[in-house]
Amino acid sequence: MSKVIRAVNVSKTFKVGAETVTAVDNISFEVERGEIFGIIGLSGAGKSTLVRTLNLLERPTSGQIFINDTDLTRAGIKDLRLARRKIGMIFQHFNLLMQRNIIDNVCFPMEIQKIKRRDALERAYKLLEVVGLSDKAKAYPSQLSGGQKQRVAIARALASNPEIILCDEATSALDPQTTRSVLDLLRKINEELGITIIVITHEMSVVRDICNRVLVLENGAVAENSTVDELFKHPRSQAAKDLLLIRNVDDKRRAI
Amino acid sequence: MNTFLSLVDGYLGNGVTQMLLEGTRDTLIMVFVSTFFGYLLGLPLGVLLAVSDKDGIRPNAVIYRSLDIVTNVFRSIPFLILLILIIPFTKMLVGKSYGTEGTIVPLAIAAVPFIARMVEASLKEVDKGVIEAAQSMGAGDFTIICKVLIAEAKTSLLVGVTVVLGTILGYSAMAGTVGGGGLGDIAIRYGYYRYQLKIMVVTVVILVLLVQIMQFLGMLISRKTDKRRL
Ligand SMILES: Nc1ncnc2c1ncn2[C@@H]1O[C@H](COP(=O)(O)OP(=O)(O)OP(=O)(O)O)[C@@H](O)[C@H]1O
Ligand SMILES: [Mg+2]
Repeated sequence: MSKVIRAVNVSKTFKVGAETVTAVDNISFEVERGEIFGIIGLSGAGKSTLVRTLNLLERPTSGQIFINDTDLTRAGIKDLRLARRKIGMIFQHFNLLMQRNIIDNVCFPMEIQKIKRRDALERAYKLLEVVGLSDKAKAYPSQLSGGQKQRVAIARALASNPEIILCDEATSALDPQTTRSVLDLLRKINEELGITIIVITHEMSVVRDICNRVLVLENGAVAENSTVDELFKHPRSQAAKDLLLIRNVDDKRRAI
Repeated sequence: MNTFLSLVDGYLGNGVTQMLLEGTRDTLIMVFVSTFFGYLLGLPLGVLLAVSDKDGIRPNAVIYRSLDIVTNVFRSIPFLILLILIIPFTKMLVGKSYGTEGTIVPLAIAAVPFIARMVEASLKEVDKGVIEAAQSMGAGDFTIICKVLIAEAKTSLLVGVTVVLGTILGYSAMAGTVGGGGLGDIAIRYGYYRYQLKIMVVTVVILVLLVQIMQFLGMLISRKTDKRRL
């Protein structure tokens, strides 16, 4: 079967004054359907930029992005918008509409797709059930905790029946316990709905908890691309070894 | 009520209360109608400015620079000069250049660039992350403008309306000096030309009260409709 995501020689450079910053440096990778695929790296490694090229929020300077064998970099604006509907995204800071209540936030992607209000509401209530927030339908984002907001964001991402969900540091603003429950929810979604999930993180524990495979980034380039088991047993790159070391220090700190 | 009116009349002079009431009505009509027409043009202009700026959703240096310059030019023309400059245009539009109708035209035109800047500033406060989320869902520009930018900036836009109303009220009083009608007209005619200090003071007090009430109501509405603080 075809790969759900294929990035081919993707590069992204930014012009900052007279200088050019290479945020993503000739990266290629493939993601299998139904995988939970991790992308890890230190701050500034280029993770966010890379994931944003996958739905062309950031247009690659060069290279191609294939989603189900369609090259998004060649798609027109209409096709791109249609393709984006099949790629949900959740963010570190949730990015909910603050002036809308929870149920209307979940309805938002369906509104964009001009789905009838009644059908949208029905689906939104079901999704709130999936993420365990049925009782918060009429609340506003400002009345929810971080973990609850992220659950709303997940329900919203699910609203358009996506094949893929991109998570950029989805748990970085949450405490360890909430992180675990959000990760459990993502795994459940992956298992029950078969949605492919890309998880961006700087924490090895997140990779260990839910990912099947992982891409290690360093200075915008791929340092290592392997299964999670392999990475933990035999890290080959220095970047991976460093990230594992940080994790050990973190674990020890938590133990104390 | 009638006894109150005759009491005031007794204090200020016969028929003055009636005149003040009519003046207040005319002032309110001028202020609200010209603010309404001001927004009709100023809101789209402000949206264009916010959208076409460097970090807007559709950056376009040519459009932004041209609108930016036009807005600045119009904003820097003093109101009274603008009023006189556009007299031919005002006459063409409403048939006369004085009185309530004749003042609404220059007021609305003076309001447009001011409103555009207020709207631009409000829309630029909207969190970039939320805009990006909408884009990631496949939202088009128009949807983002209506359902993200304007909807999320609601509170700030309402504060803007309040500020605009206050400013236009000030301008309308200024227009009174050149036959603009309303309370400003009364203040000038009686207070300045006939030196009836009492009437002028009462007129000014009414103007101050109007500003206070508008300010109070505007702030109340924007606060009550803000869902970020509950
Ligand atoms: N819009 C931009 N303009 C200029 N430089 C940028 C821009 N976006 C990212 N960069 C640069 O690209 C590099 C990679 O940034 P990116 O945000 O992708 O890193 P990251 O791995 O997500 O980091 P973090 O863990 O801190 O989120 C950084 O050096 C950053 O400064
Ligand atoms: Mg990042």
